[in-house]
Amino acid sequence: MSNDIAESIGSTQLLAMYQRMVLARRFEETVNDLYMQGRIPSTLHLAIGQEASAVGVLSGLKAGDTVFSTHRPHAHAIAHGVSPDAMMAELMAKATGTCKGKGGSMHIGDFRLGFVPAIAIVGGNIPIAAGAALAAKLKGSDAVTVCFFGDGAANEGAWHEGLNLAAIWDLPVVFVCENNQYAASTPFREAFRIPAIADRAAAYGMPGVTVDGNDVLAVYAAAGAAIARARRGAGPTLLELLTYRLCGHSRSDPRTYRTREEEAEWQQRDPIPAFAANLVSHRFATEEQLAEIDAEVETILVQAIAYAEQSPGPALADVVYGLYA
Amino acid sequence: MPELSIAEALREALREELHRDPRVFLLGEDIGVPGGFGGAFTVTLGLAEEFGRDRVRDTPISEAGIAGVAIGAAICGMRPVADVQYSDFLFNMMDQLVNQAAKLRYMSGGTLTVPMVMRAPVGATARGAQHAQSPEAFFTHVPGLKVVAPATAYDAKGLLKAAIRDDNPVLVFEHKLLYGSKGARSEKGAVSPRGEVPADDYIVPIGQGIVRRPGTDVTIVASLLMLYRALQAAEELAADGIDVEVIDPRTLVPLDTALILRSVQKTGRLVIVEEDNLTNGWGAEVAALMADDAFVWLDAPIKRVAAPDTPPPFAPILEQAYVPSVTRIVDTVRSIL
Repeated sequence: MSNDIAESIGSTQLLAMYQRMVLARRFEETVNDLYMQGRIPSTLHLAIGQEASAVGVLSGLKAGDTVFSTHRPHAHAIAHGVSPDAMMAELMAKATGTCKGKGGSMHIGDFRLGFVPAIAIVGGNIPIAAGAALAAKLKGSDAVTVCFFGDGAANEGAWHEGLNLAAIWDLPVVFVCENNQYAASTPFREAFRIPAIADRAAAYGMPGVTVDGNDVLAVYAAAGAAIARARRGAGPTLLELLTYRLCGHSRSDPRTYRTREEEAEWQQRDPIPAFAANLVSHRFATEEQLAEIDAEVETILVQAIAYAEQSPGPALADVVYGLYA
Repeated sequence: MPELSIAEALREALREELHRDPRVFLLGEDIGVPGGFGGAFTVTLGLAEEFGRDRVRDTPISEAGIAGVAIGAAICGMRPVADVQYSDFLFNMMDQLVNQAAKLRYMSGGTLTVPMVMRAPVGATARGAQHAQSPEAFFTHVPGLKVVAPATAYDAKGLLKAAIRDDNPVLVFEHKLLYGSKGARSEKGAVSPRGEVPADDYIVPIGQGIVRRPGTDVTIVASLLMLYRALQAAEELAADGIDVEVIDPRTLVPLDTALILRSVQKTGRLVIVEEDNLTNGWGAEVAALMADDAFVWLDAPIKRVAAPDTPPPFAPILEQAYVPSVTRIVDTVRSIL
């Protein structure tokens, strides 16, 4: 663990970051169980194993900033502070959900917090994030936009157009690639001739950085530099975070396109135990403090499930409402 | 009252809205480059000099980017007006328009608002298959979008201003042959519907059609260039004592169904004219609506006059055969009398 970064963050925020990582992990394990029990419909794209990238990036934002997510948005939303109650209600298709039951797992968000209800077309969020950043620039605000996407998105045309526009206009946006090595089942090496997605930044005239996406402090530091660059008007950055889904692409994925050995290797690099061990060994927290946080997370989840289950479903008449402003 | 072309009326609308509301900005290809064209059809000429290139923002050739940027800026409180050089290029931005702009409000449970305008020229003008389509109907099929099609200078200003003030994504379809017949970018065969345009602030509400010519025997519904062909057809038919009512819907979504219904209840006969391909056009929707709502008043089958189901051809004589003519409209009306 980079001690300097940890020192600069301080115990209080380090523990808050740990809490968000555990909450994201346990939220997803919990909704997975609920899904298996038939209490959540649809499908789920889980980000188990990718919590360090979500928390490391979003812990560096401030009020007024804007976040764009993907079809795999739960960890981002938790990391940004979206209510677990409202998220659980949305997954259970309730009227009290973040999108009143109109969105579901792939469109979780809370725009009051600057978290745009997630955009689930791969690459589709990229030019929109550039537009959000342009709005901030035109208004003369110092707000920054962060846009998450996976390795698969980097081969979409919209990705190219969005990065180029952000670059030529020096827009205050950080493009965050969570390179989890697979676009659904397609391995990175089959879809790219280059070793790193960050290499593409040079083509747009912006900095490109690749860091260990499972090291929350390394992510925090790299994202912080990119956010600071955007905030001072110096333009966008392409930040590539190397990570791994410790679960399938979606609920129906048997993961037969990758080996159990590879999964075991990445399991050793699970970002949460590593962060916990470092917090303790460097005396930023005690094991008791972490255990308290773990217990607190369970309470939050019990409450979220109760809130969602007691919430009403949407009124059937709502199907035709809410289309036009 | 000053007489303006549609291009001039659109420019005046943009200028007034840029003055009125600091959230309004324009973006698109070649709209403000010094020494450039002012957009493909001169509509934005001079605006970059007046408002600066931040607010009259040139983009690279990057249609998905233009649409996406407009959406992102709109949800974050701006009111972008994007210039699409040819409506054919809307297909380069279909994900952004159909999956994003049209759906963000609904799928977010009403928490996002997307107040944006896409201006897009339509119409066959000897440019072949990829710069000549009239794709309004595609977008009338997408819940969440509004679609307008002004055919006069007065409506061009009023509808564009209404579109900019609307809190929803609005596509404004303009016809290349209606911009005006003068100037460097004028088109052969343009009909130049110059008209009186008040210099003061007004809007034409989205969703209101208008009777362009009252009549009692047959209703013709036609928009953009086809409106003028329908009016000519009505003149020819009047010489034979056939009294045609011509309706300009002005807005295709939401459609002024009540206005069309009242007319058909009076005339008992309906012809719809569109420049687009016949199959599944907006005319088919009007026909279906009237088959439902006006069935007992109809004295004859509803007829559509449209382009054949092919791409627009290049050769001018083929293009003339492709785009509905006054003669085809006259013959169609006679066939149901």
